[in-house]
Amino acid sequence: MLKVTIDNISIEVEEGTTILNAARKIGGKVVPPAMCYYSKLKGSGGKCRTCLVKVAQSCTKDTRPMSKLVASCSTPVQDGMVVQNLTSPEVIEARKGIVEFLLLNHPLDCPVCDQAGECDLQDLSFGYGMEETATDDERREYPMTDIGENIKLHMNRCILCYRCVYAADQLTDKRLHGVLYRGDVSEISTFINQSVTNEFSGNIIDVCPVGALTDKTFRFKSRVWFLNPMNAHRECTRCSGKVAAWMFGNEIFRITGRKDQFGEVEEFICNECRFEKKDINDWVIDGPRHIKRQSVISANHYEETKKQSLIDPIEGKMHEQK
Amino acid sequence: MGEKILLANIDIPGIRGFDVYRANGGYAAVEKALLEMTAAQVSAEINRSGLRGRGGAGFPTGLKWSFLDRKSDKPRYLVCNADESEPGTFKDRYLMHHLPHLLIEGLIISSFTLGVNTCYIYIRGEFKYLVGILENAIREARQHGFLGEHILGTDFSLNIYVHPGAGAYICGEETALLESLEGKRGNPRIKPPFPAFKGLYGCPTVVNNVETLATVGPIVNMGGDVYAKIGRGKSTGTKLISACGNINNPGVYEIEMGLPVEDFIYSPEYCGGIARDKYLKAVIPGGSSVPILPADLILNTAKGEKRLMTYESLAEGDFESGTMLGSGGFIVYDEDACIVRNTWNLTRFYHHESCGQCSPCREGTGWMEKVLYRIEHGQGRMSDIDLLVRVAKNIEGNTICPLGDAAAWPVASAIRHFRHEFEEHVLHPAAVLEKERSLIKFF
Repeated sequence: MLKVTIDNISIEVEEGTTILNAARKIGGKVVPPAMCYYSKLKGSGGKCRTCLVKVAQSCTKDTRPMSKLVASCSTPVQDGMVVQNLTSPEVIEARKGIVEFLLLNHPLDCPVCDQAGECDLQDLSFGYGMEETATDDERREYPMTDIGENIKLHMNRCILCYRCVYAADQLTDKRLHGVLYRGDVSEISTFINQSVTNEFSGNIIDVCPVGALTDKTFRFKSRVWFLNPMNAHRECTRCSGKVAAWMFGNEIFRITGRKDQFGEVEEFICNECRFEKKDINDWVIDGPRHIKRQSVISANHYEETKKQSLIDPIEGKMHEQK
Repeated sequence: MGEKILLANIDIPGIRGFDVYRANGGYAAVEKALLEMTAAQVSAEINRSGLRGRGGAGFPTGLKWSFLDRKSDKPRYLVCNADESEPGTFKDRYLMHHLPHLLIEGLIISSFTLGVNTCYIYIRGEFKYLVGILENAIREARQHGFLGEHILGTDFSLNIYVHPGAGAYICGEETALLESLEGKRGNPRIKPPFPAFKGLYGCPTVVNNVETLATVGPIVNMGGDVYAKIGRGKSTGTKLISACGNINNPGVYEIEMGLPVEDFIYSPEYCGGIARDKYLKAVIPGGSSVPILPADLILNTAKGEKRLMTYESLAEGDFESGTMLGSGGFIVYDEDACIVRNTWNLTRFYHHESCGQCSPCREGTGWMEKVLYRIEHGQGRMSDIDLLVRVAKNIEGNTICPLGDAAAWPVASAIRHFRHEFEEHVLHPAAVLEKERSLIKFF
């Protein structure tokens, strides 16, 4: 077991754990934001650079700090490593810079974007974004495309995290879309308008951190914060059948995978469950899903929220004692 | 006249062919290494020579080789990085064009030392004419028993393959190069793991520059200790410098490390002074990626000492008043050159060549180019200059591979040393636009 200290909190983790996963074990505010890393997708991470942290001490033997900020999602911890995330002004500055880069060509069309309310980039901008834009240049624009029967690609919003590429590689037998061109004109595309048809292709919508890939059966039907996410399940021959059903009254508006506290789906689901089973009789509803109090989705107050302690979660452990 | 090691025989007619090369002492080093020495002995010679990577980073070659994972039962690979695409650098191409056998010789000895049986030369796609030259040299070496099975009757076998790239600067970065060699999109890999453990096809791999590998042969011939005596301090041996810009004699020169920069620019043996008797304005001494320095700082360090052509001397003063030797692409600007236009031009290059994998480089390079274009074409604002500094700072050090740094340093250094010129572009755009500048006067 290796001992690592992140923002003055020490934890013991197994060898080979990355800094980000060690931080996730601690939980709370010390977890660096991750736009491209997805623990269920092998090889993902390292690209968006939002999870940069400062290593103040490399290991027990080498007490020097690392010269550059490192991507916490792809840097394995060493014994005695001391990491600074929120406690380092350098990290905060760098992260602000990264958010600025990510938003540079982002259309900021949140008012009409289906991802709004559950968008990682929105959270990140809220945390680290600037109030004013530093540029009045034109933004990069692409035409909207259908890359599958039920999947819409809105390339303007894409931050090129490559998650959907890894998902298609690892969940489907043949990947039909990928990254074309290079530099700031690179784009996610299907080769010569091929259609993404695989039975598990719908999962690329769930792994997308922004509103670049959206569910055509749900587009513009409702805002996520008007809906109640419910745990639901059904007998499915292809997948586990355990999903989150987003309901309004007795009507199911959309089906997604069940996302955990880090925004990652617990189990990938098949396209039949996702796109075709929209009737309440198809599903057994298990009960409401827990939504973070801070999320706009919890605005419906269908779940009683616990009284939060005023003590900073980094400092004390009041929550767990209750 | 400095000592010549790599280019000693370059003037002999027909040196490109095997027979002439062999008659002039070629492949003696291979015979010496394979027949008289063990791999460990060659390795020790390289360590003693203090040879440092000539591709730009200046990392000690012996140390790099020692990192190679020898415990793994997977095959090991040696990859020669001939993807020389840095603006201002053209030394490897010169070397491969005139002395292909020197490189082959270095590859054989290095492969023997590292226990490699398959070696790749990843060559820049635009160097199409060199592919034939190298393949011809490989064929000749094979015919004479220096490549293939049981070289010189020993147990050692080696095959060399030439693989042309598809025209991307980023594929000169070692992990992007390996991706490209595997047939994938040339995106740099996230390190760790380093290529010494997981490189080409997941096997332990060493990636070295052409010039580094070409130097291995002469080092074996003369011995590491003799080689280490040439040069100065930790910068041992000689270095190929490709000089270009507003000088009288542009070309590739082999210099002994430790030559004063002033001598290199003004000596008739090398650059021969500034063209048309102009004054020196600025120098980029190591290829477009390294910081630009104004005339006073390139000739003398901030402390007032003479600046020398060594890794250490050029880097003295860090980024405040220093630069780097880099890959040896020596670009000289005279008094008429416009730094803003030049910086814009370099940024345009990095914008075009960014792979688009990580966000700071993908978005930042394009942003810097837009702003610099604006300033150069008379629509700049005073706030743009500070914006450039901020963007460069946000890119620097936050990217996967060094291309982000390479894009940020020229901009940051140009503004640090020539801020007044940027301000002049903003304040008096019409006057600046009219002024004769850059290479326009030559057309």
